[in-house]
Amino acid sequence: MADARKRLEPQSATGTVGSARIHDSAARHVAGEAVYIDDIAAPEGLLHACLGLSDIAHGRLVSLDLDAVRAAPGVVAVLTAADIPGANDISSTHRHDEPVFATQTILHHRQPLFAVVAMTREAARRAAALAKGVYDEAAPVIDVASARAAGGALVTDPLKLERGDVAAGLAASPRRLTGSMTIGGQEHFYLESQIALAIPGEEEDMHVFSSTQHPSEVQHMVAQVLGVGSHAVTVEVRRMGGGFGGKETQSNLFACVAALAARKLKRPVKLRPDRDDDMAITGKRHDFICDYEIGFDDEGRIHAVDAVYAARCGWNADLSGPVTDRALFHMDNCYFYPAVRGRSEPLLTNTVSNTAFRGFGGPQGMVGAERFIEEVAFATGLDPLEVRKRNLYGGNSAGEGIGRDLTPYHQTVEDNIAGEVIARLERSCDYRERQAAIREANAESPIVKRGIALTPVKFGISFTATWYNQAGALVHVYTDGTVMLNHGGTEMGQGLYVKVAQVVAQAFGIGLEQVKITATTTGKVPNTSATAASSGSDLNGMAALDACETIKARLVAFAAAKWNVLPADIAFLPGRVRVGAEEIGFRELVGAAYMGRVQLSATGFYATPKIHWDRKAGRGHPFYYFAYGAAAAEVAIDTLTGEYRVERVDILHDCGQSLNPAIDKGQIEGGFVQGMGWLTTEELVWDEKGRLRTHAPSTYKIPVASDRPRIFNVALLEDAPNREPTIHRSKAVGEPPLMLAISVLHALSDAVASVGGHKVCPRLDTPATPERVLAAVERVRAEAGL
Amino acid sequence: MRDTLRFVLGDELVEIASCDPTLTVLDWLRLDRRMTGSKEGCAEGDCGACTVVIGRLDHGALRYEAINACIRFLPTLDGCHLLTVEHLKGADGALHPVQQAMVDCHGSQCGFCTPGIVMSLFALWLNEDAPSVSRIEDALAGNLCRCTGYEPIVAAAQQMYRLGSRDGFATRRISIQAQLQALTDAETLSLGGPEGKFIAPASIETLADLVIAHPRATLVAGATDVGLWVTKGMRRLDPVIFLGRVQALRLTEDRGDHLRIGAMATHADVRPALAALSPQLDELMRRFGGEQVRNAGTIGGNIANGSPIGDLPPVLIALGAKLVLRRGNEERRISLESFFIDYRKQDRREGEFVDAVIVPKPEPDALLHVSKISKRFDEDISAVCGAFLLRLGEDGRIAEARVAYGGMAGIPKRAAVAEAALIGRMWDEAAVDAAIAALPADFTPLSDMRASAGYRLSVAGNLLRRFLIETTQPCVETRIAGLLAEASHG
Repeated sequence: MADARKRLEPQSATGTVGSARIHDSAARHVAGEAVYIDDIAAPEGLLHACLGLSDIAHGRLVSLDLDAVRAAPGVVAVLTAADIPGANDISSTHRHDEPVFATQTILHHRQPLFAVVAMTREAARRAAALAKGVYDEAAPVIDVASARAAGGALVTDPLKLERGDVAAGLAASPRRLTGSMTIGGQEHFYLESQIALAIPGEEEDMHVFSSTQHPSEVQHMVAQVLGVGSHAVTVEVRRMGGGFGGKETQSNLFACVAALAARKLKRPVKLRPDRDDDMAITGKRHDFICDYEIGFDDEGRIHAVDAVYAARCGWNADLSGPVTDRALFHMDNCYFYPAVRGRSEPLLTNTVSNTAFRGFGGPQGMVGAERFIEEVAFATGLDPLEVRKRNLYGGNSAGEGIGRDLTPYHQTVEDNIAGEVIARLERSCDYRERQAAIREANAESPIVKRGIALTPVKFGISFTATWYNQAGALVHVYTDGTVMLNHGGTEMGQGLYVKVAQVVAQAFGIGLEQVKITATTTGKVPNTSATAASSGSDLNGMAALDACETIKARLVAFAAAKWNVLPADIAFLPGRVRVGAEEIGFRELVGAAYMGRVQLSATGFYATPKIHWDRKAGRGHPFYYFAYGAAAAEVAIDTLTGEYRVERVDILHDCGQSLNPAIDKGQIEGGFVQGMGWLTTEELVWDEKGRLRTHAPSTYKIPVASDRPRIFNVALLEDAPNREPTIHRSKAVGEPPLMLAISVLHALSDAVASVGGHKVCPRLDTPATPERVLAAVERVRAEAGL
Repeated sequence: MRDTLRFVLGDELVEIASCDPTLTVLDWLRLDRRMTGSKEGCAEGDCGACTVVIGRLDHGALRYEAINACIRFLPTLDGCHLLTVEHLKGADGALHPVQQAMVDCHGSQCGFCTPGIVMSLFALWLNEDAPSVSRIEDALAGNLCRCTGYEPIVAAAQQMYRLGSRDGFATRRISIQAQLQALTDAETLSLGGPEGKFIAPASIETLADLVIAHPRATLVAGATDVGLWVTKGMRRLDPVIFLGRVQALRLTEDRGDHLRIGAMATHADVRPALAALSPQLDELMRRFGGEQVRNAGTIGGNIANGSPIGDLPPVLIALGAKLVLRRGNEERRISLESFFIDYRKQDRREGEFVDAVIVPKPEPDALLHVSKISKRFDEDISAVCGAFLLRLGEDGRIAEARVAYGGMAGIPKRAAVAEAALIGRMWDEAAVDAAIAALPADFTPLSDMRASAGYRLSVAGNLLRRFLIETTQPCVETRIAGLLAEASHG
């Protein structure tokens, strides 16, 4: 047989890591050809489910008359808790505090009581409204204040972080102050609402298409509710129309009800709630009240911080434990507190069960930290940016005992670049010149005032639930040299699939078009973690690379033996493989390896090294590394109405060595605007009966195109490879940029402060709606005596 | 009488003999036609994921506009050309320049809002060349994207014009126009479905007769509110009388000292005429809903609906507008403010419909002010909308004051006590202070999810201050966003 090796023309690397490849689905998105679950061609006999919901927020369900529901046109079945063959329990924390259907105790308005299954979705929706519930109503606990007043029941164990003697630190501080801040929640408003399609198979098998960030958990929950083994349930998701954390646990309910109905009726069942129901049923970002005491000196140096972060968690624990933990993990942001105590208060309330949302408590923690800085700045009369710089984590602690690099959870900050990022941005955006110009212009402008602020971000990367930091992948190489890639991560728009495909293409030296990205399914990669905590490409990229390396090692061993060269003399180059002095096409090598009976499929696995966390002790190394960034925002406010506009934003963000700068830029811009919405116009309002009044886009206002900054300069920090050996030295980018938007809050605050000659701290709470801005203007003016 | 609905879907003439009156265009596309490119994001006309483009004959000319398919009833498309995201690719499968620009600029992430964004940009592409960034933002105001932050989408809207200037739709325009003309007739469309009847007369006389004959009918114009009665309220409407085929109702006429606006004129239709009265009115119209709502929602609907927070009534009241109501051949003219009796209760008698609004043009020396305050600047409903008209006497004193607000009471309402406080005063700070002091006597606003009572009252007063500053100190910057800010920034 002739030697298959030959001289090949060098090819340029395509689809390789670090290039700005477009999203793998972009061409399908724009043509309406990308298939979401509601677009899947209806299986024969498809039925539609609709949830029947509670009319009260708190109390007892005395009776539930479903006769009219059953009798409604098109209705096939009505399901209640009594119809559940397994457990009426979808508590993701296994605290048994989250039933599928409430039976007696009602814990929030619009809590699911039953499901009706009908021939059409419309028939199901019409029928669901016919239920007659009789309730014994109790007073609902709605927010942090009323929860505390009612005794402060918690949904889960609180956390305390403590380092140094905070009481002594406060006592010894030259100056002290106390304050409180309200930090609002946020609706995810993923454009595709929750949805699940369940198709029963033979025996106990169930195939569930679920719009979920966590297929493995959906699998476990469906199995638990149906009373079958996990091996009977397959959960699949090709893409979500947005997730943002809202489909980490909140998709369980919809998948379980669809599967329950499919099992009962032995027919495919789809459940897609109306937008208003989705917003009324599912959890949101936690709102907090942060009470703080700060010790500091006249130079603006913080000596001690004692803070309590109390969160409205809703009616069950869900992820409130780790969310409130992460708030405390970010109560320092980039700043060193010589003595610190942080305590969480995860409060039970009769509202939706608040859940994961991009940043996962971190943003709220960090908003608190920036308030501490602002308080110190106004108390000392120093410029807030100067106070920020003076309190940054320092270098290392070599030889000096505890240095300025130890976090409240006793992890040493080893990769601190906050100072450098701030300095670069301050220069590149002409911060000082603009600040001076704004002050000058404000003096001449009685109504419209401008403000500017620069705030940094340091965000810890890793799940604090350490066991979650693992991932699996499955890679098949076919004999024509094409590759099928599967991993445990889910695609919600963030570009995970294309990033991991780039890793695989680069590993084999093949073009991106030769890698087929396939839907995430529990049948291919088991026991996966949620695609969350910004970890998607860190974990799955490494797992996929691991699988590639396994296959490559087999190919190397094969080629070394076949052509009698040393393994070290074999290299995968773009489009070809060098074997000794000769080269062979990837496809030809693969073909030869198949003929040589070499396995061309492999699984890959990755577990993040270095991390550990002892929650009881409040000590450990929970984060593998930190992602950094900084943003400078300039705003204009109208002091007659409180209306405002973001005029300019400059961002410098640390993606390490970016896997895909275009995708990363999209995450930064999108995260920023989403964060800006959270802190400005997105306001959740519950009435005194515990009913959410902002349950549709008509009343809940996320940013629109004209809200984005007038001038928006986004740069990725260059020459900044991750100091840890992450996938190609990149850094996670999903969540950190959201917190860059804190700069907008502080720019608004700066503009408000101008009406009091920058002497009175505006203490602007969030969301800083026009109403809140106007109230702050009026208060600052009054306190300044102007 | 015609009993078959006819419209053109892409290249295909669609004829439907039985159809429920409130079947939405989106449900028809997705469920009946299995065209799943258009998405349902909210089912209330706010997110724009369902955006499609319709072509219709507007006094003989073919006009394309983006609308929300989720709240548009299918039978209202009679005589229209319907284009969806599925129609944009070329025959060779090549992406349309709008689509290609979105791909090139990384304009999609999760992709769910994308078909709607593409269709809004496609409507812009069809109608305008080289739009400004602020015009692009207006065209996108009715499209929510939760992933991108819009930056790459706005970039795509600029890029698309660089990828070619013509497409298959431009070349087919004449044939489509002829096709739609062939579908235009004077017959009343009367369509039956299992859930009810849809009646769409072609003349105002027939309409007048039908409204009398069907006193319980729901009159539908743009359906931007009635659509929600169906998608959210799950109401069955039977029969539905659709006003959209009556061309006479769509006319906006400049009659020298006043405008006569037909009830079926859309917000987009009337914007130029109102803009000519005042740049602030232009800005108010720009901020009305999203582009899709401005293309569908009508002046008559906005009034007849009786919303306490409708954006137009306050300014129309300030201008002294009159409403023309018609019953059979009888016409009744009343002042607009007297039309609003109480929360969601209007002075519309059985058998009557809103025919037109008569809007007197303000005298050249009159001072007019319009401000809309909302949580989000664009595509939001007002917390407070204020519209003020002052006429100063020769002595410089206020001779006439019309101070109207939306959002301050159960109906759009004039502030009679504040007006009285203004009359006879010089137009100065003391006058504003007096009017502000009077406002609590005029209004006891509610607190709701849009704003608190306190904020409403504060802002209502501060808008009078803004009015004073804008009329007496034009150099002072008072507007931070929108057309008025752009104008003052040069």
